[in-house]
Amino acid sequence: MMEPGPVEPPTGSAVPALELRRLSVRYGSVHALSRVSATIPAGQITCVLGENGSGKSTLVAVLSGLRRHDEGQLLLSGEPVHFRSPQQARAAGIATVWQDLAVAPLLSIWRNFFLGAEPTRGIWPLRRLDVDRARELTVQAMARVGVTGLDPDQPASTLQAGARQSLAIARARHFGVRAVVVDEPAAPLTVGQQTLLLQTIVAARSQGLAVLLVTNNPRYAHLVGDRFLLLAHGQVAGKLTRDDVDASDLMRLMAGGEEFSALNSALTDLHSELGEG
Amino acid sequence: MSDRLPTLGASPVELPRPRRLLGRALGRPSLPALVGLAVVVVVFGAQAPGLLTSGGLASVLDSAALLGIGGVAVALLLIAGQFDLSIGVLAIASSLVTALLIEEAGWGTWPALLVSLAAALLVGLVNGFLVVNTGLPSFLVTLATFLVLQGTSQASAQALAGSARVSGLDEAPGWASAHAVFGSTVQLWDGRFRVSLLWWLAVTAVGTWTLWRTRFGNAVFASGGARRAARQLGVPVRRTTLTLFCLTAAAGWLIGTLGVVRLDGVQVGAPGLGSAVDFIVVAVIGGCLLTGGYGSAVGAAIGALLYAVARQGIALAGWAPPWFQAFLGVLLLVALLANAVVRYRLKAVPRS
Ligand SMILES: Nc1ncnc2c1ncn2[C@@H]1O[C@H](COP(=O)(O)OP(=O)(O)OP(=O)(O)O)[C@@H](O)[C@H]1O
Ligand SMILES: [Mg+2]
Repeated sequence: MMEPGPVEPPTGSAVPALELRRLSVRYGSVHALSRVSATIPAGQITCVLGENGSGKSTLVAVLSGLRRHDEGQLLLSGEPVHFRSPQQARAAGIATVWQDLAVAPLLSIWRNFFLGAEPTRGIWPLRRLDVDRARELTVQAMARVGVTGLDPDQPASTLQAGARQSLAIARARHFGVRAVVVDEPAAPLTVGQQTLLLQTIVAARSQGLAVLLVTNNPRYAHLVGDRFLLLAHGQVAGKLTRDDVDASDLMRLMAGGEEFSALNSALTDLHSELGEG
Repeated sequence: MSDRLPTLGASPVELPRPRRLLGRALGRPSLPALVGLAVVVVVFGAQAPGLLTSGGLASVLDSAALLGIGGVAVALLLIAGQFDLSIGVLAIASSLVTALLIEEAGWGTWPALLVSLAAALLVGLVNGFLVVNTGLPSFLVTLATFLVLQGTSQASAQALAGSARVSGLDEAPGWASAHAVFGSTVQLWDGRFRVSLLWWLAVTAVGTWTLWRTRFGNAVFASGGARRAARQLGVPVRRTTLTLFCLTAAAGWLIGTLGVVRLDGVQVGAPGLGSAVDFIVVAVIGGCLLTGGYGSAVGAAIGALLYAVARQGIALAGWAPPWFQAFLGVLLLVALLANAVVRYRLKAVPRS
């Protein structure tokens, strides 16, 4: 019932595909994101850069419906949205490659591919998985990312790490009709895998999708990115476009962002100590 | 735009030749139980030939049926990564509710059955709600439910009926039709086969279909095997877990109802912790992993059959009954080891 409909990719680029307005997320007392504003336009690759714990994955969680934001707004083609589950985000055409790939090792490859959005046929008491179609689509989608000769009934644990990565990417390509969010996988990638990831991202851009790439590798980001969002301690530390920077600038800025925010928090600590004293 | 990319091109990913035989075997969690069943039938068939007559078969199937109904329900729950220790005592408690409503309150049979079903579902809901919302291990939550239900049912049987036994229900209106649905028997040669057998088959068939052919089944597997991935992909893990606890509660009610109709009453004994883990033992023998994500309904049904053959076989062979417990322990250990091997093979992922 939650199959993603054929969502029209937005063409008029006046309204960004995705927009964050003073968006905040808290985990208890931790401000994972505080008052982050950013636009993620269609047909462009927006790279999110930041050190560990700067809130990158939290941003991904909000965009993909896993976590609700506490304050501020998330706009999808100009309309404020509150995704209640990743299912809704996927149905709205936002697909995600998760940092840990989100693959269930004991489930077969085709079940993994469609997990959470399985095609069905028949009416309720007898509504059942459309197994043949799911298998076929899985084989097609995997072939599109270069994995051929696949038995979709094998458990995903029989896949090599690289092929698992391809599974996660193929899934995002299939479901991402409006936007693709990539939290750069934590597992080390081979050169071939990195290339596949980058090609997927670039292909999504040329199809007019909004792409958000989370990474902490500035060189990598500079290779494909059109816009750069620097995060530090859950806050926006900088917004740049490709014309503003080259790779070494980006690297310096990232380091600078950390330095700047370290200085900033040291100062606030000092202030509060003085205030109490 | 793609001119910025290195000119490598994604090298097509080479897949290792799928290990077909292994893949097939791993796709059938019930396989070890089937082998075990064959061994046990051969061994006890030789020791106690009475087992293989129609009479022996009827009694084996009879005890397997009740065990199997609970076993299948618990298997589904185990696949989703949860435990339920309360199903056995829930069977007794819900049949006590039925009996008390009929005997003490003078209700008709069907209204009493409906109310006890509702009460059982309520217990399942509470179990599921606690597990889902507190994050406490379901093992402990249902252990608590087990104790509460056991104590309450014993105390209320004493208080309301004056003894641990409530009987003489067959006068109640609607009893005949309830007996036809839950208690009829058919005589084949010299064995009396009960309708509980059909219920067992139906539960196994529906359980299997649900697991493998519905979105709910996919959610069950994913909730147990990869909960984080399931959440990230929007699988309704909480709703699935809640539903499963209600299903085991309903299975408990069915077992209780089959019993109360057969005996025209209910005996509130002290089933002890033994019957609390029986169903889990059956599911584990049937190939369910205790860590979730793997198992089958058919496996649990075969596990129940294996259990029943061993129990009847030991009785018919004239061995002392305690041997059954020892045998069960060995069986459980073997099943756990077999499952550990499966788990190892399944999780042994080549890393690049
Ligand atoms: N579920 C959670 N509960 C509590 N705190 C959390 C949770 N998830 C994240 N945090 C906190 O929120 C902050 C941002 O975390 P986040 O995972 O978004 O960082 P990240 O930029 O993705 O880091 P990394 O580069 O290591 O992936 C961190 O301080 C983290 O400790
Ligand atoms: Mg992260």
